[in-house]
Amino acid sequence: MEVKKLVQDLQVVQSICLNKRHFILELLAPEKFPLILPGQFSQALVKDSPSTFLRRPFSIHSVDYGKNTLRLLIQIKGEGTLHLSRLKEGDSLNLIYPLGNSFSLPNTKDVLLVGGGCGVAPLLFMAQFLNQNNIHPAILLGFRTKEEVSEIDEYSKFGKVMITTEDGTEGEKGRVIDHSIFARQRLDFRKIYCCGPDAMMKAVAKIARMHKTDCEVSLENTMACGFGVCLCCVTPTNKGNERVCVEGPVFNINRLTWT
Amino acid sequence: MSDLSVNIAGLLFKNPVTTASGTFGYGDEFREFMDVGRLGGIFVKAVTGKNRDGNAYPRMAETASGMLNSVGLQNKGVDHFCREIYPGIKNLNTHIVVNVSGSTVEEYVEVAGRINELEKIPAIELNISCPNVKFGGMAFGTVTGMATEVTAAVRKVYKKVLMVKLSPNVTSITDLAKAVVDGGADVITLINTLLGMAIDAERQRPILSTITGGLSGPAIKPIALRMVWQVHKAVHTPIIGLGGIMNATDAIEFMLAGASAIQVGTANFIDPAVSLKIVDGIEAYMENHKIKAVTDLVGALRTE
Repeated sequence: MEVKKLVQDLQVVQSICLNKRHFILELLAPEKFPLILPGQFSQALVKDSPSTFLRRPFSIHSVDYGKNTLRLLIQIKGEGTLHLSRLKEGDSLNLIYPLGNSFSLPNTKDVLLVGGGCGVAPLLFMAQFLNQNNIHPAILLGFRTKEEVSEIDEYSKFGKVMITTEDGTEGEKGRVIDHSIFARQRLDFRKIYCCGPDAMMKAVAKIARMHKTDCEVSLENTMACGFGVCLCCVTPTNKGNERVCVEGPVFNINRLTWT
Repeated sequence: MSDLSVNIAGLLFKNPVTTASGTFGYGDEFREFMDVGRLGGIFVKAVTGKNRDGNAYPRMAETASGMLNSVGLQNKGVDHFCREIYPGIKNLNTHIVVNVSGSTVEEYVEVAGRINELEKIPAIELNISCPNVKFGGMAFGTVTGMATEVTAAVRKVYKKVLMVKLSPNVTSITDLAKAVVDGGADVITLINTLLGMAIDAERQRPILSTITGGLSGPAIKPIALRMVWQVHKAVHTPIIGLGGIMNATDAIEFMLAGASAIQVGTANFIDPAVSLKIVDGIEAYMENHKIKAVTDLVGALRTE
């Protein structure tokens, strides 16, 4: 399957503020999208922000092939993302996309998606993709607090949504791994897809191993180029140091040297 | 019609724009973005004697107008290069120059000897300036005696164009330039990255796993320009200049300072097609300034 990479100016259709720290950019492409797969990411060029030298990587949050638009879910972390949060309808944003590999299609219908923080970004696209393949996943999303719980209606279109908040203001209290679905002796799922902070993914991977459940994680290592030449984003695997931007961002946990 | 071609130590480049080692892979990754055959040349990722895993993550820190890296020469070794990489790139319609690295003089000689046998590789770039490896690398490029020794040893086994890439982490760049010329270098490339570091104040820890790393990007351009200028005045050896070149104007500045050709490095990460835009930009500049041959720009800086 030939997946072409583009360097393209996309037009901001709308910027949706989710809460103080998160927003969505909906972007219109000037020509028909190539095939974009769930788990793939883009590298956004932040213009007119002197302290932002490199592009910023963002997972593809959703794709509408009909309207030729895609969405990025962005957390405001520093100058670059703050700058992007100020983009208005009609502004342009240069992206390199689609980059990296993708989540695999499962050979089971018992699927769980687990996302924490901004790591939920690729999971909406994955949930949609699973639906198109007649799979209705369980979706477990972790947030810090009720105010950050967002887009539940969107996820609910594709599967049953469960929520944790660290302060217990919505859903079950704690982090995603504290959720009661993991407290049972037998895990109801044969495949887990996970994205979020490293510590969270490692904890989910540990649970998956314990239950001998297949698990894929999407890593968020810092990177310079995003297309395989700088070798800055590597992660140790059973094949040595591999590039998160090309061999990843999605890795089966069996390939990673996590303990 | 402007003449963009440059002859460097007997090797004819279709234009002076090449890509820096470690920022362009083996050229393959860029074929999806551009016609790499339009480039003057490609300096491919460093090749060492044996497989090297490189340094631990994190290997990168963004800095003001630049970035630090500490990749540590990750590559699969010269055997793998000759067997797996070379067949795929030997027929690209541009000069492929192999960056040769090592930890000992023997390793440099071994790798250079192997690359010498590859018919379609017209030149090597001896990397005596990598700041991110414990042994060798920059150690050879900061002491004049060692720089001459490793260059001379490689010169004995390498029969084609021998380029030597210098480190800016020295007191006198001209002393190092003279040292490698004494060793038999045909061409000098400069500069490699500047040794630097970045700190995460919140965590009170270094950002890079190796604590220090190599600084690249526009932040180092003034230093690179100064060094090209100094070396141009000190030796008669052709220079390939690099260090923070982001656009055609930057490239022209390097040529005015004395570089016969330039390398585009970190800019490739931000705009993968930037090197071809630089080719077009140089051509436009020549038309605007009524310059017929790009070689007329080399060292043409007016200081009076």
